[in-house]
Amino acid sequence: MLHDLSLDVRAGELLGLLGPSGSGKTTLLRVIAGLDAPDRGRILFGGDDATGLPVQERAVGFVFQHYALFKHMSVADNIAYGLNARRRADRPEKAEIKRRVGDLLDLIRLSGFGDRYPSQLSGGQRQRVALARALAVEPRVLLLDEPFGALDAQVRKDLRRWLREIHDRTGQTTIFVTHDQDEALELSDRVAVLDRGRLEQVGTPDEVQENPSSVTVLKFLGDSIEVEALADGGRVRVRGRETPVRAPDGAIGPVRLYVRPWQLQLVDLDAAHLSGVVRSSYRSQGRQRIEVEEAGGRVLAVEDFDGARYAPGHPVGLRINGGYVFA
Amino acid sequence: MAATSSPAAGPLAPPRPPWRFRRPSVIPGFGLSFGYAMTCLALVVLLPLAGLVAKASGLGLSGIWHVATDPRVASALRISFGISLLAALAASVFGFVVAWVLTRYRFPGRKIVDAAVDLPFALPTAVAGIALASLYAPDGLVGAQLAKLGIQAAYTPLGIFIAMVFIGLPFAVRTVQPLIAEIDREVEEASATLGASRAATLTRVVLPPLIPAVLTGFALAFARGVGEYGSIIFIAGNLPYVSEIAPLLIVIKLSEFDYGGAAAIATIMLGISFLTLLAINLIQAWSRRRFGYV
Repeated sequence: MLHDLSLDVRAGELLGLLGPSGSGKTTLLRVIAGLDAPDRGRILFGGDDATGLPVQERAVGFVFQHYALFKHMSVADNIAYGLNARRRADRPEKAEIKRRVGDLLDLIRLSGFGDRYPSQLSGGQRQRVALARALAVEPRVLLLDEPFGALDAQVRKDLRRWLREIHDRTGQTTIFVTHDQDEALELSDRVAVLDRGRLEQVGTPDEVQENPSSVTVLKFLGDSIEVEALADGGRVRVRGRETPVRAPDGAIGPVRLYVRPWQLQLVDLDAAHLSGVVRSSYRSQGRQRIEVEEAGGRVLAVEDFDGARYAPGHPVGLRINGGYVFA
Repeated sequence: MAATSSPAAGPLAPPRPPWRFRRPSVIPGFGLSFGYAMTCLALVVLLPLAGLVAKASGLGLSGIWHVATDPRVASALRISFGISLLAALAASVFGFVVAWVLTRYRFPGRKIVDAAVDLPFALPTAVAGIALASLYAPDGLVGAQLAKLGIQAAYTPLGIFIAMVFIGLPFAVRTVQPLIAEIDREVEEASATLGASRAATLTRVVLPPLIPAVLTGFALAFARGVGEYGSIIFIAGNLPYVSEIAPLLIVIKLSEFDYGGAAAIATIMLGISFLTLLAINLIQAWSRRRFGYV
């Protein structure tokens, strides 16, 4: 399900379509590819209207989450498929096809694997073959549907970096779909956040993180807690104490303040905006993650870098060092 | 994983373990179940066949050769195997289309049609034979229409062909149906995004993986056609040299108390069937390898 939306993809950019499952991101990708038809609206490539064009003539490259390789063809035949499928007049010579397949095998770092069959490759290798197959037809736009979704964490990380490299080298306009915020923020030139069929925000990873346009975007981009706060023209106040967060212009009265775990700091009780007792604390990748339970029973996640250790049950105060305000 | 950081180190095929009669397994009872399976197979399948060959060998090789070269026997064998091959071919094509329509499209009554496919399995063959004969007889429902076109189906080799397609069809349908259901739609979509026409997608992506299953269906339909008796004799007309099938000739020999001759024809049929099925199996094994199954 998609509601009316307009999304402008710039030539040569790597755009991440980010959203929870069921947000319509895959549907949008399939509509762009021509695999699904929109009820209304248009798809434009450059200046050309592609809305009525069948999939075959859209010149898109599509990479599926589960590879969708042709199992009965060798890796080389898979990659050459799009070129061989062309009408005789547009089809490159056999030697030229062979050369291009060789180049693509080098690009995906699988030279010498041309004679293998997909069943003899690992998941990461298969996905690279699927990418080469899509690139072989020199598509106007490359569409990747959760390309790393079926792979394990380490392979995923390697492939991400590698995809970015390929993109930088080829300048191929690319749209990829993911539900993984980290993936979208790391890879994309710009991120488009979708929720329940609506386009919530489009911007660079920095823009969407610093200025989320809605609570939905903010919540989707990472953990946060909601704090009741008061705006009085200048700074936002929490429980009577001023925070460094600037209130929106002209906002006076109660507002909703959202705070990320790393915007909270453990302080003495008398300087705190919030308070509670430590429930658990563990160290992960150089950061201390502490869960603090408020008097009302709500659990707040705090990320601290000073390495202070607190035993469970220890009362602590929390200072708000930043946050996002919504009316 | 090492696979992405050093692409040259692909997954090496593990060395094949040395052949052993019995592989270790967590489930007990290898000896008992293997012995039981072999005993049943021997009693039910091998023993009657051995008896058949033993009976035929009473004639000696020259005797069997004499029976095989008898013009009436030779013509019956030609009719049986030739028409079975043609009918299996027709059943495979027709059955493939039926299986495709049943799995790919949703239409009212689909479940009923799906169940009806199995009826040739269940119907007593004589009933099928009489039904076919009365339908295709020159004054029958279908036969009358064909007669207008100058085609006589019943009591000719065409009748044998129709009966064999009828009984072979369920095999052709049921062997390919599960594979058609398993076809990954994304593979078809991938082919389309790469610019392949629908026809190219069908012939180059969808059909090749189905070939082994189609061959299995073909082999089963063929084997059934060769051995079929009941549903054919009513529609065939049974004219010697024209529409007389080998199984009928065996029955005739038996009724003349020529047990040796009957066993000889049966042995020849057994031999030809075995060779044909072996050949189909080899083609199948080749196509499995060719189409990249491991």
